[in-house]
Amino acid sequence: MQHYSGFGLLKHSLSHHENWQRIWRNPTPKKKYDVIIVGGGGHGLATAYYLAKQFGVTNVAVIEKGYLGGGNTARNTTIVRSNYLWDEAAHLYEHSMKLWEGLSQDLNYNVMFSQRGCLNLGHTLQDMRDIERRVNANRLNGIDGEVLDAQQVKEIVPILDCSSDRRYPVMGASWQPRAGVARHDAVAWGFARGADAHGVDLIQQTEVVDFIIEDGTVIGVKTDRYGEIRADRVGCVVAGNSSVLAAKAGFELPLESHPLQALVSEPIKPILDTVVMSNHVHGYASQSDKGDLVIGAGIDGYTGYGQRGSYGTIEHTLQAIVEMFPIFSRVRMNRQWGGIVDTCPDACPIVSETPVKNLFFNCGWGTGGFKATPGSGNVFAASLAKGEMHELAKPFSMFRYHNGALVDEHGAAGVAH
Amino acid sequence: MLHIYCPHCCEYREEEEFHAKGQAHIVRPLDPDACTDQEWGEFMYFRKNPRGIHHELWVHAAGCRKFFNVTRNTQTYEIKEVYKVGEKPTIVAE
Ligand SMILES: Cc1cc2nc3c(=O)[nH]c(=O)nc-3n(C[C@H](O)[C@H](O)[C@H](O)COP(=O)(O)OP(=O)(O)OC[C@H]3O[C@@H](n4cnc5c(N)ncnc54)[C@H](O)[C@@H]3O)c2cc1C
Ligand SMILES: [Zn+2]
Repeated sequence: MQHYSGFGLLKHSLSHHENWQRIWRNPTPKKKYDVIIVGGGGHGLATAYYLAKQFGVTNVAVIEKGYLGGGNTARNTTIVRSNYLWDEAAHLYEHSMKLWEGLSQDLNYNVMFSQRGCLNLGHTLQDMRDIERRVNANRLNGIDGEVLDAQQVKEIVPILDCSSDRRYPVMGASWQPRAGVARHDAVAWGFARGADAHGVDLIQQTEVVDFIIEDGTVIGVKTDRYGEIRADRVGCVVAGNSSVLAAKAGFELPLESHPLQALVSEPIKPILDTVVMSNHVHGYASQSDKGDLVIGAGIDGYTGYGQRGSYGTIEHTLQAIVEMFPIFSRVRMNRQWGGIVDTCPDACPIVSETPVKNLFFNCGWGTGGFKATPGSGNVFAASLAKGEMHELAKPFSMFRYHNGALVDEHGAAGVAH
Repeated sequence: MLHIYCPHCCEYREEEEFHAKGQAHIVRPLDPDACTDQEWGEFMYFRKNPRGIHHELWVHAAGCRKFFNVTRNTQTYEIKEVYKVGEKPTIVAE
């Protein structure tokens, strides 16, 4: 693998940047692998990377039906934070946060991780009580966080309307300074390049259409393009399509797939240097390095597999954004798109063994899994390497819906995160 | 924007007036105390999530506020039929 550096950039400029190495191969799959990962999103690619790099399992294939990072990974609003209420979730997301902090160096690929801080606004007394509870819980878990009043919020984001006579006045916020954003495509590409360099085969434009299961044990997958490919273990990381693949393996998951939308505005001068989220009016925004406002909407009320989403939802989101930032009322929106997110009843992911031996699922990240990309890949890789779930993943077993040990972040966070 | 026919109001109205309430025809176990944890968990949390034909419960929230069922394709979003609670769909999900 070619090492990226300032010197390399200078050297390649002499040949007009025409001789850069391809950043991953395009191999024909082998007949058999130690591990097959289904799904080339951020989570699947991170899993492959850590499997090869940290756990020495290099006979690995990632099988992706479209192109790498073409799913939710490069469709999200890129918010990274770890201020979850419940210990189990806080530990998992903080594990991820620590990996984010060294990721660009580790991958030798700039994922543009920017710790610009994140505000979660409170608009009611109950919001403020929940915020205090969550920040205290975070601090007990060693995660940075502060409770701010409206005045302090206004100092951080002067363009936010914090006047008390609004319909939904800003009463305060939780503030996680280490939170931020990352360049989502770069995250997928960085992990892909790293995995490829360690020998992982990245197989694109190939759909897994079925599993080969013998005596309750998975021994491979069937693909539309290369037929059967065998493996000792299979890990599925297919986000919105998880229910469809689980059905092929003969079991159900407690998931519902919904379209979730994002929109970006025309680029404007730097005006917002942090992430602002509001559960109550439901809108969140940040500004990309390019200058466009990146705005997240809510999920459609009904299930669907269409990567676009309904108009009513956009309207509702923009009402919330203009309520918070009247200054944005005349900014034009440039583009809008959707992703299919797999939501769980308790708004926490499933990183789990399944009723089929050697078949593992990592899914249910819903509206908030981008922040977990390195952490999810890391604990899933550890689990696939050993054939036994990593400690941090154990609370996220799919069987928690049978034994009642839910990790109910919905109760804590209310909405999309 | 979906146009949805409310079988109670007997007219088409815009999507915004309705709320989807998830999978239809979920039967509560008759004797919950006799359920295994698995049966109860499945009743509570496990839902059909097909890429294709789906039976759903909807409510005309900003209209007559009555519930009814919809057979919808979750991939094309086409509404195949609308029928009242207690009635059987004519198109059945596989
Ligand atoms: C609009 C939007 C905004 C969001 N905002 C945020 C945010 O601000 N912060 C945050 O933390 N999270 C956010 N999320 C959620 C986050 O994007 C996801 O949780 C995360 O990207 C999931 O990653 P993944 O790798 O599991 O899934 P994906 O990136 O969706 O990857 C799954 C891959 O599997 C492939 N696949 C599916 N079926 C098959 C098959 N049969 N065979 C082969 N391949 C298959 C798909 O093509 C896809 O590439 C947002 C999501 C959306 C849609
Ligand atoms: Zn009606």
